[in-house]
Amino acid sequence: MSISTENTTPGQASLPIEPLPGTRRLNTAKAIQEAIGSAMVQDDSVFVMGEDVGSYGGIFSSTTGLLDTFGPDRIIDTPISESAFIGLGIGAAVEGMRPIVELMFVDFFGVCMDQIYNHMAKIHYESGGNVRVPMVLMTAVGGGYSDGAQHSQALWGTFAHLPGMKVVVPSNPYDAKGLMTAAIRSDDPVVYMFHKGVMGLAWMAKNKRSIGAVPEEDYEVPLGRAKVVREGTDVSIVTLSLSVHHSLDVAKQLASEGIGVEVLDLRSLVPLDREAIIATAAKTGRVVVVDEDYQSFGLSGEIAATISEHDPQLLKHFSRVCMPDTPIPYAQELEYAVLPTAARIEAAIRKAVAE
Amino acid sequence: MTTEITEATTALSTEQRRDLLRQMILIRTFEEAILREYHADKGPGFDIGKGLIPGEMHLAAGQEPVAAGLCAHLETGDGLTATHRPHHLAIAKGMKLRSLAGEIFGRESGLGRGRGGHMHLFDPVTHFSCSGIIAEGFPPALGQAFAFRRAGNNNIAVAVAGEGAANAGAFHESLNLAALWKLPVIFIIEDNDWGISVARSASTSVASNADRAAAYGIPGVRIENNDVEAVHAAVGQAVARARAGDGPSLIEVHTLRLWGHFEGDAQGYRLNLDTVSEGDPIPAYRGKLLDAGVVTAADIAAMEAEASTQVEDAIEHAKNSPTPNPAEALKYVFVEGV
Repeated sequence: MSISTENTTPGQASLPIEPLPGTRRLNTAKAIQEAIGSAMVQDDSVFVMGEDVGSYGGIFSSTTGLLDTFGPDRIIDTPISESAFIGLGIGAAVEGMRPIVELMFVDFFGVCMDQIYNHMAKIHYESGGNVRVPMVLMTAVGGGYSDGAQHSQALWGTFAHLPGMKVVVPSNPYDAKGLMTAAIRSDDPVVYMFHKGVMGLAWMAKNKRSIGAVPEEDYEVPLGRAKVVREGTDVSIVTLSLSVHHSLDVAKQLASEGIGVEVLDLRSLVPLDREAIIATAAKTGRVVVVDEDYQSFGLSGEIAATISEHDPQLLKHFSRVCMPDTPIPYAQELEYAVLPTAARIEAAIRKAVAE
Repeated sequence: MTTEITEATTALSTEQRRDLLRQMILIRTFEEAILREYHADKGPGFDIGKGLIPGEMHLAAGQEPVAAGLCAHLETGDGLTATHRPHHLAIAKGMKLRSLAGEIFGRESGLGRGRGGHMHLFDPVTHFSCSGIIAEGFPPALGQAFAFRRAGNNNIAVAVAGEGAANAGAFHESLNLAALWKLPVIFIIEDNDWGISVARSASTSVASNADRAAAYGIPGVRIENNDVEAVHAAVGQAVARARAGDGPSLIEVHTLRLWGHFEGDAQGYRLNLDTVSEGDPIPAYRGKLLDAGVVTAADIAAMEAEASTQVEDAIEHAKNSPTPNPAEALKYVFVEGV
């Protein structure tokens, strides 16, 4: 078992933190594959396990090509037994390995949540710091392609609500690689949630920023650090994942009307970069949270509480554009009525600056 | 075709038989001491949250043969995952009594520095852990076995759960995956007849959970009569299989829950309550070894005295250990601070 007196994995050199992106362009899926592959070359204890991660390459291409490089002993297809193989990852992590376990859709957590929140997330605490679980639970989130109520959810707020696991949600290739590298190297369990719509998949409508510049060398995007991805002075959008891109599109459009929209990409939910949230709120005095997860009892409320606890007088405006509290519908007309679309975001911004 | 595992006992040496009895006596002495301490300050009446040992308490008196017969085959580096009723297995696996008692008393000297409690014991030294969730200790045992095989160190993992767990999904997922990947793991079912108050006959469709091994193409055997030497023999075969790389085995032991599900359980559902103690495995094994001339009454008295010394030392140490600092209640949520 991992004992607290041990340091992090031997031979781990410190990596650059968020270097310049350079000019080489990858899609998000390839950026994730590259981070995993590089970690596996450097550290024999890293392996990947999950449904269809082998010859298929991951249903959403998170592991494409890795089987050819590392073979079936390290890129391991599993039976449809999520409790068993996530638990297997936990036991292997406790004994010093660094598993990356894929839960194909986050929506499937219902069949295996006990291993995730009662075991993966709690063992370090229950052991008084004596046993570590350095594991990455990688999973696909999000909707927008008519996959219905059981295959379209975001659910990051559910995981972030439960203590003991870090939760990261990259929105672009650069962050995807850096956050995956940081997640693998972390001695804590990390839930790594990639939106299908940012992966750059050939068989799904692509966001134009799903391909972007990614350094060839290893680097870390630190867990728990948000990023201002567009500066503005009139109103702040606090958001994450695919909604970052919708927000940037709206911000760009409204700039021509003289409305300055700042966009904060949270990137991590646990740890949550509360300082960055407060800083942008203080800067503009108007906050719109855009969150593809369900509205009530979740991230958007947490952001409101964070600002309010800091200074109840800080804001002139707070509103949210979220998934309303409904199962996600199948028909495109219905699904796009509830998703946080650019149109809904734009309306919210116009209302915010009018107040 | 899988190798069979039988319940036929093999000849044990005098020293092995003494060790089994000594281990069972140590466990019982510990559980009796916890019983005493637990109930010492729960009054007036019975308040579960009161006293030096607060909370639920699931004691394993009567189930010592499983722990003793199993752990006689295990090395320190082997993994063991246990249940909400874990003390007998923790002790037999070699956990330090002071660390165990300290955690039960919720002290800084405990295994988990008072963060875990008696159902959540994690010992990196003995590779022991437990889960308070039925059957959910099985999947992590697969991971231990996976890591051991990858490391090439010939260690194995053992997953222990009660008979009620054999109806849970994690049990079946784990047996399939372990069999599929031929993992060096052994599954032990402690059939103590009761899932809290639900009799085995009201929960389980088969007479023997060992029959369920056939569904996964692995050997399975059921040990009747809470017989420590039969447990020892069956586990020995399963351990040999696992260490040889031949994959998992399933062993069900018909054992006995001598006391309630938890302390405070009046056991009104147990119609033969007055006669339960007649099945106590320790007097039975003691008598057997006395009759066989393996031990003398003086040997037994010495074992009991030694056990008492160790256990009382652990209890005293726990009571004299500092309580955790409330200001550090959030410490250890993460390795790297948030």
